Amino acid sequence: MTGWRSRLGQLTDLATVGALGTLGYLALVVAPPDAVQGDAQRLMYLHVPVAWLAYLSFGVTALASLLYLVPATRSLRWDLLAGASAEIGVVFTGLTILLGSIWARPVWGVWWTWDARLVTTAVLFFLFLGYLALRQVPAAPHVRARRAAVAGLVAVTDVPVVHLSVIWWRTLHQQPTVLNPELNPQIHGVMATTLLWGVVAFTLLYVTLLRHRYRLAGLEEQREELLLHQAVLERRGIAADPLVPVLSDAQSLPDTQTLSEAQR
Amino acid sequence: MSFASPTTTHLAAERRGPGLLRGAMLVLVKDLRIEASSRVVTNQVIPFAGIVLLMFAFAVDPARQSLQGMAPGLFWIAVVLAAVLAVSRATAVENENGARDALRLSGLDPAAVFLGKVAAVAIQLVLLEVVLVIGVVVLYGFPIVAPGLLPASAAAPTVATAAAGVLYATLAGAIRSRETLLPLLALPVLAPVVLGAARAWSAAGEHSMGEAWRWVQLLTIFAAVLVAFGVATYSGLLEEA
Repeated sequence: MTGWRSRLGQLTDLATVGALGTLGYLALVVAPPDAVQGDAQRLMYLHVPVAWLAYLSFGVTALASLLYLVPATRSLRWDLLAGASAEIGVVFTGLTILLGSIWARPVWGVWWTWDARLVTTAVLFFLFLGYLALRQVPAAPHVRARRAAVAGLVAVTDVPVVHLSVIWWRTLHQQPTVLNPELNPQIHGVMATTLLWGVVAFTLLYVTLLRHRYRLAGLEEQREELLLHQAVLERRGIAADPLVPVLSDAQSLPDTQTLSEAQR
Repeated sequence: MSFASPTTTHLAAERRGPGLLRGAMLVLVKDLRIEASSRVVTNQVIPFAGIVLLMFAFAVDPARQSLQGMAPGLFWIAVVLAAVLAVSRATAVENENGARDALRLSGLDPAAVFLGKVAAVAIQLVLLEVVLVIGVVVLYGFPIVAPGLLPASAAAPTVATAAAGVLYATLAGAIRSRETLLPLLALPVLAPVVLGAARAWSAAGEHSMGEAWRWVQLLTIFAAVLVAFGVATYSGLLEEA
């Protein structure tokens, strides 16, 4: 990694920690308790940005998948980016549902309700769990990338249809009984600022996590290649002594595509 | 044909393969012929859907009133579960004896292969649905108040299920753990099918045709998107493995 990139990365890490710390202070100390919901409402400063991060992740996955599928921009980098982003997305979708449940229990009186947003988020969670399971299947890089890109795009296309059908389902058949999602349309100035700050902080967190996960994915790929190369050499009886000759040999390692072609 | 991308049409023409519709027809006839001789769907998948229908009644209160209300939803869940098995079978026949390579080398447009397979699965699903409708009428006492609306509202979800199923089954076709992976991939995508089709049938049962029609429109768009997606990406999926 070049110097300025690494410095920029460190700066992002620091900014993320700072922004999250400030968010904690704003949410717990500065913002007033909600008139109706009391302190439970403070969970919103976490829940809303976490949900935003989850949707942002899947958006990036979809975009990267599309860029991989278009022949002009096809590169394994997009595939790694899509995978890294989807992992973050699944974790934060799970957190969104969890935080929402914890908040809903005191405020709505239930852990779960069949609200459109809740159902859509739950389906999204399962769609991308499947996507990640598909990515974990061992395959040549370009084969895996193509499978994942198609699955990722279908999953994202599915989301608006799921959302629309759940909205119709709930509004056409029965009125929302337990809750009205717009409990608090009039929002206090400090609350709005805190919420906005939360979104900024979590966007920074996303960039940081994505950067590290992407780097890690690249390293994982390299490790796979090295192990594969070593196995090939061992099979040929060239390198009985593991790792050391292979690592020195790594300089002349053929690139991913050639290796995967050879595999096939 | 306007469906195929310029490259695929060009390649197909280069190989002097048949046109899109004719190619799809060939694959459709081939798949149906395999089914006619192996009878996997008629002898295994349809009975499976039947037993699912029966087990639902065991699990739910067997009083007729509650079963009647749930009949559309249970019907479509049985269809989707059975469809996962049917598409799994439709691509399994391509994985054996190098059939996938033969299909690739046949000069058929991959889009035609996709359309043919979707059509074959859809026809088998229609057969399954006919049997299941008899099942819900007899077992659950589901009243058919609008006989015209049932097939009209079943068409789009059937095509959507077949398209998503074939797409994912091909995607997972070469994977060793495909039996367990396919349901996880396909079922969340088919969530709108179960929801929409069940609502459309319920609405038709309550004589609110406007609402039923709205669901049919949504499902038609969904089916069209899935088919278009499959046509666009199938060549890549067929080439792998």
